[in-house]
Amino acid sequence: MTPLFPYLLLSALLFAIGLAGALTRRHAILVLIGIELMLNAANLNFIAFWRFGPQAEALHGLMFAVFAIAIAAAEAAVGLALIIAIYRHRRSTDLDQAAALRG
Amino acid sequence: MTLSFAILALLVVVASAAAMSLRNLIHCALALVVLFIGLAALYMQLHAQFIGLAQILVYVGAVAVLIVFAILLTRGDDPTRAAPPAALPVWGVVIALAVFGVIAGAVRSSSITSRPPPASPPRAAVKQIGDRLMTDYVLPLEVIGLLLTAAMIGAVIIALREKEAAKPETPTERP
Repeated sequence: MTPLFPYLLLSALLFAIGLAGALTRRHAILVLIGIELMLNAANLNFIAFWRFGPQAEALHGLMFAVFAIAIAAAEAAVGLALIIAIYRHRRSTDLDQAAALRG
Repeated sequence: MTLSFAILALLVVVASAAAMSLRNLIHCALALVVLFIGLAALYMQLHAQFIGLAQILVYVGAVAVLIVFAILLTRGDDPTRAAPPAALPVWGVVIALAVFGVIAGAVRSSSITSRPPPASPPRAAVKQIGDRLMTDYVLPLEVIGLLLTAAMIGAVIIALREKEAAKPETPTERP
């Protein structure tokens, strides 16, 4: 049985990769993919803490992961709809060009 | 650390790095599918079979397909694809490395990681999960249902083509 530490380290690495992608890439869909990566890293943490926690029979961590997956699905749907709407308006998915709200 | 975890962790890390660094967007989406399947296998290794299957259903079945659709829908005459990146991406990588260092340091210095795993895996069959969802988690379940409905309607309305606005003039080409 793998101990808890490698799972947490893998989750942190996944979060860092997602953060790096969301910060460096200029394409809107790739930034959304980076956010999905970070959400999945949090989910992995939930499951790992649930498995190694003292009250695993209560299934709290599992329930939190279920709701996090549902919210991530809703976020992806709305985010991709926004990207399609912006693309239809500007003919571009480059985030640097969608800077009309920048102060 | 078992061999299966090492293989899955390597798969997940390589797939996530590929999903974030490849140039072709379709390849990024396919790497994302590999990443989601690897994560589902990790969940099953942690005795969370239901979450693993839900991960495959929701992410591989719905989110990845949605991302591929969005990539294909927004792949027109995009002149910026070949353009060089505007800002130097070094700072993003530096910030991500710093975040990883902070999290890894906090995890390493924590005392919770030295706790031994529970001897027997907890019972997390679909029956137990359904029992919990219908007893203690009824209100969050209803709220999630409402949220999903609202998000679905909102996504349709946002992505809806405005007929009266789009018909008299073609979308203006902005430089």
